Amino acid sequence: MFDLKGYGPALLNGAVVTIELAFLSLALALALGLIGAAAKLSNSRIAVGAATAYTTLIRGVPDLVMMLLFYYGGQVAVNMLSDYAWEAYEIDFFFQFDPFISGVVTIGLIFGAYMTETFRGAFLAVETGQIEAARAYGFSSWHTFRRVMVPQMLRHALPGIGNNWQVLLKTTALVSIIGLTDMVRVAEEAAKAERMPFHFFIPVAFVYLALTAGSELFIKWLDKRANAGVIQEN
Amino acid sequence: MMPPDFLAAWLNKNDIFTAMTIMEYWDGAVTTVQLVFLSLIIGLVCAVPLAILRTVRNPFISGPVWLYTYLFRGTPLLIQLYIIYYGVAQIPGIQETFWWEIFREPFYPALLAFTLNTCAYTTEIIRGAIISTPHGEIEAAKAYGMNWFMRMRRIVLPSAARRAVQAYSNEVIFMLHSSAIASVVTIVDLTGAARNIYSRFYAPFDAFIFVALCYMVLTFILVFAFRKLENHLLRHQRPVGS
Repeated sequence: MFDLKGYGPALLNGAVVTIELAFLSLALALALGLIGAAAKLSNSRIAVGAATAYTTLIRGVPDLVMMLLFYYGGQVAVNMLSDYAWEAYEIDFFFQFDPFISGVVTIGLIFGAYMTETFRGAFLAVETGQIEAARAYGFSSWHTFRRVMVPQMLRHALPGIGNNWQVLLKTTALVSIIGLTDMVRVAEEAAKAERMPFHFFIPVAFVYLALTAGSELFIKWLDKRANAGVIQEN
Repeated sequence: MMPPDFLAAWLNKNDIFTAMTIMEYWDGAVTTVQLVFLSLIIGLVCAVPLAILRTVRNPFISGPVWLYTYLFRGTPLLIQLYIIYYGVAQIPGIQETFWWEIFREPFYPALLAFTLNTCAYTTEIIRGAIISTPHGEIEAAKAYGMNWFMRMRRIVLPSAARRAVQAYSNEVIFMLHSSAIASVVTIVDLTGAARNIYSRFYAPFDAFIFVALCYMVLTFILVFAFRKLENHLLRHQRPVGS
C-alpha cells in the first residue's frame, strides 16, 4: 500500500504496546472506580473524605504532569526505599521503574477518578426498592453490593465508561513522552530520521481513529445488549 | 503571621525554590495562560459559525464540518501537535515566505494545534446545545416575524449558550490540562519550566508537585469563574425569593 521505509514492523509493535497499555489501564481504572464509588457512597466519613480528595486532586492536575511525577519520582522513591531497606535490614532489592508501568499506573489512577464519578452516578440510579428487597431476603451488605447493585448499575454506567475509554485511548499517546516505544514514539523517530512527518504521523492518527471508531460501535452494541430487558421511555 | 518552624527550616535549607526558579515558573505560567487563553478564544469564535453549519440539513455543508470534528476528536492532540509542528517546515516553499518567520517559533504551531482541537470539541458542544433548543422558542420567534438571522442571534444562540456553558467549562479545564504537552515541542510553559528544573536539580518531587499545585490553582480559579458565569446565565431559573 504505502512504503513505511522499513518502520512497518516497529509501528505494528508500537500499536500492540498502545493497545496493551490501554487495556491494562482500563482494568486498573475500573477497579479503582468501583472502590472509589463504594467509598463515596459509604457511611464512613474517612472513606468519603479520602475518595473526594482523590477525585478532586486528580481532576486538578494535568495528566502529563502526573505521568512525569510518577515516572521520575517513582524511580527516586524506589531508590530511597531500597537504600533504606539495605541500611536497615540489609535487604538488597532494586526495581526499575519503566515507562510502561508508570503509564499504566498514571492513566489508571487518572481514569479511576473519572470512573468513580461514573459509577457513583450509576449506583445512585439503582432503585432503592431493589436494595430493600435484597435486605428483606437477608442479603448481607457485601452480598447486596455484588449480586444486586453491581449488575444493575452497569447498565447505567456503560455510556460513561464508553466516554472515559475513548478519552483514555487518546491519553495513551502521552506515554511516548516518557520514553515508551509505542506507535507515537516510533512514528516520531521515523519522522525525524526520514524528514517525513506526514508520512508517519497520519497512518498513526488513522490507527487511533480506527480504534476509537471501533470501540464506539462495540459500546453501542454492548449498550443495546445491556438494555435488552428494559422498556424504553419515548 | 510567622510560618510554622518546620516550613521555615525547610525553606532555609532549600536551594530549589530560589527567586530564579520562581521566576522561571512564573514565565512558564504566563506562557501556559497565553497559549490556553488564545486558543480557547479563537476556537470559540470559529466554533459558533461551524456549529451552525453543522446543524444545516444540506450534507454538503454539514458533512465537511462533521468530518473536521470527527478527525480532530478521534485522534490524540499530541499527534495533531506533532503533525503541525514537524509538518509546517515540510510544506514546499514555506521557508521563503513570511509565514516561516511566524511558524519557526514553536509557540505558533502549538497555538494552531490547540485551536483546531478545542474548536472541534466546542463545535460539537454548541451543536448539541443548538439542536436541543425547544421547538416552542423557535415557533414563537417565527410567529413574531423574526427572520433566520435574527432568530439565531436573539433566540437560538443565547438559549444554546445557557445549555452549553456546563460542558464548555469542562472543555476549558481539559484544554488547560492538555496544554501541558506544549512542553514536548520545546515550549517552556509551566510543565516545561518544571521539566527544566527537574533536570537541573534531579528533584522530581519538588519540581512536579509544585507545578501540579500551580495547575490546581489555575483549575480552581476556572471552576469558580464558570460557576459564577453559570449562576449569572441561569439566574432567571432560580426559584423566587432565593
